[in-house]
Amino acid sequence: MRHGKYRFLIGALAPPLLLYGVFVVSPYAQAFSLALTDWDGLSAEAGFVGLSNFADLWGDKLFLAALRNNGFMILVVPTATIALALFFSACLTLGGGTRRRGVRGSGLYRIVYFFPQLLSVAILGVLFQFVYTPGNGLLNGLLGAVGLGGLERAWLADPASALPAVTAVMIWSAVGFYVVLFTAAMESVPVDVVEAAVLDGAGRFTVFRRITLPLVWDSVQVAYVYLGILALDGFALVQIMTVGPGGPDNATEVIGLTLYRSAFTYGEFGYASAMGVTLFFITLTLTALALRATKRERVELA
Amino acid sequence: MAGAAAVLSGCVTAGGDDPAEQATGAVTEDNPLGVPEGADLEVVMFDGGYGQEYTQHAVTLYEERHPDATVTHEGLQKVGEVLQPRFVSGEPPDVVDNTGAGRLDIAALAEAGQLTDLAELLDAPSLDDPAVKVRDLLLPGVVADGTLDGTPYFLNYSYVAWGIWYSRSLFESKGWTVPETWDDMLALCGEIKDAGIAPWTWQGKFPEYMMDPLQSLAAKAGGLDLVYAVDNLEADAWRQDGMLAAADAIHRLVTGGHILEGSEGLSHTEAQNAWCNGEAAFLPCGSWIEGEQQGVTPEGFDMAMAAVPALSGADALPYGAVQGSSSESFLVPAQAANPRGGLEYLRCLFSGEVARGFAESAKAMPVVKGATEGLELSSGLASVAAALEAAGDGVFGYKYRTWYPELAVEVDTATGELLAGRTDPEQWSDRIQAAADAVAADDSVAKYER
Repeated sequence: MRHGKYRFLIGALAPPLLLYGVFVVSPYAQAFSLALTDWDGLSAEAGFVGLSNFADLWGDKLFLAALRNNGFMILVVPTATIALALFFSACLTLGGGTRRRGVRGSGLYRIVYFFPQLLSVAILGVLFQFVYTPGNGLLNGLLGAVGLGGLERAWLADPASALPAVTAVMIWSAVGFYVVLFTAAMESVPVDVVEAAVLDGAGRFTVFRRITLPLVWDSVQVAYVYLGILALDGFALVQIMTVGPGGPDNATEVIGLTLYRSAFTYGEFGYASAMGVTLFFITLTLTALALRATKRERVELA
Repeated sequence: MAGAAAVLSGCVTAGGDDPAEQATGAVTEDNPLGVPEGADLEVVMFDGGYGQEYTQHAVTLYEERHPDATVTHEGLQKVGEVLQPRFVSGEPPDVVDNTGAGRLDIAALAEAGQLTDLAELLDAPSLDDPAVKVRDLLLPGVVADGTLDGTPYFLNYSYVAWGIWYSRSLFESKGWTVPETWDDMLALCGEIKDAGIAPWTWQGKFPEYMMDPLQSLAAKAGGLDLVYAVDNLEADAWRQDGMLAAADAIHRLVTGGHILEGSEGLSHTEAQNAWCNGEAAFLPCGSWIEGEQQGVTPEGFDMAMAAVPALSGADALPYGAVQGSSSESFLVPAQAANPRGGLEYLRCLFSGEVARGFAESAKAMPVVKGATEGLELSSGLASVAAALEAAGDGVFGYKYRTWYPELAVEVDTATGELLAGRTDPEQWSDRIQAAADAVAADDSVAKYER
């Protein structure tokens, strides 16, 4: 039967490995080799240029602006999203009292929070464009209605507010999913541990900080990595929502947009591949750093 | 390292062998381009605002002339995405309408040797009259628009003129006349503002729209010398007096408060709808706007295009000069299976019969001479035809946008800042000049001259 076992294993593993190899590994490998060429995307030939594409990146104003903006997003998006999601899911599971009860109607909230996750990014971009419309847009209208008319502005056309405006949409659309994720994790925290803490006189906040958070830390860690990758992207929202796109004055340029423009507008596929490879290593490094920085001792619940 | 270099400089993908031997048929009076008998034809078209009626119409003509051929006609929105792999692998279709946001970079295609020289088509007898060559049927500038480094590689079908748009009925009811100088424009703007309407709005999300009147003013002031200096990336081209004066003229709209508030954040649809709703009097745009706004324009709005006013009394070009160029680029791939058929298809397409149908169905100006004669034109298209008529030889166009897209991106960014009032004309020109100098110094960018 031993042979039969290996045949089964190979038979089961080969198709997914093959698919992964053809559709994931080989494009990656191709991107790495294209990054060393001056391929224009149209001719069958490409000249080898060594590392000069990578050297050019550091003198490219747009790429540097993109790095800066993605840097801002990576600082803000994961932290803000996780903080909000933790707050909401704590309300859903602990908010109603020290025992494990959520605030009234938490079942409904759970569904409502998930709604943004169901909309495609393209629809989000278009919707929020209306929210930010200058003059009579939803946001300006709201500010005017509550007597904050002085804050009204052309949100996406002002370099100071454009990037935060896009970032806010990103956070808004991501929070719901992580609320669901964290709520599920919090509900798996054993009741007796919480009750013991409550008997010892712990308040809701202490229970959250000392019991819940350490026990859902694994989920937070995963969330941080996913959100970091999300923050390094942002292409679709920027492409749809912003002035230019990528503006005003390159205020919302992101690496994905610079890459796309280099490849499909300027026909510099080799250079664009170099950007892709750089982005790949940035993502890899940040993921490793994030996992290391958030590493804590695992709590074993027997 | 040498080994790696050899591998890398080889083929990017499979295929890409030398162009196949060209299939040719007998050249006769009926078949001046020597289309092989019974050879099939594959036509791939951009399916955009002009529709597909006219490209289908040309298919019908082709089939009448070559009854044995099977013609496949396909309309696409993203021409580039679909055709790029086919070009790379050496199996492109026989004719392509390379247009739309997802089009392929024609200059790159030409440089990669992927395009057929169209000279033979241009010198072939036209379908309308065998005594007239195809070349002589086209409006001035059309062949030049499709010429790269001395070789005609593509032909554009639609003629676009840029100007300033207004509502005839609104202007009549208020007693306003379209200004012919920029001083008059600024004076009228004051009057319009007093009437409670914003004098101007523009498509702020895409600053290119406002760059058109700006560079038109500059071209009028400095003449074609200024235009060529810009396109040829000459030193200080963006600091020429005419260019600075034009930027200053446009900037006066900002400092005078003549632009609908928040325009810098409006998409083209939002701005154009605001204009159609009477929130603003003037709007810069190309001649496609009438078709684009068809569903939104109120009854009796009567949109019309006026030439951009003269910048000063000492302009090099007359008031009536307009920025015009052709678009909808048709080309024949060099590695096509039936390139003779591709040329023949274009001979059918660029005939008076198909062009008249285009003017009627697409509500746009075809590049074929006299195609709109005797047709009843809509308000906007009639004004465009009149403007082109008045301009005569005074039609100019810039090339930097197609030749150097890197520069165009910086021009648009700087223009957006100028119109938002965050930079002044001096900073605007310095910024663009720096970008132009960088492109001029970059060896990896192919250079063109005119």
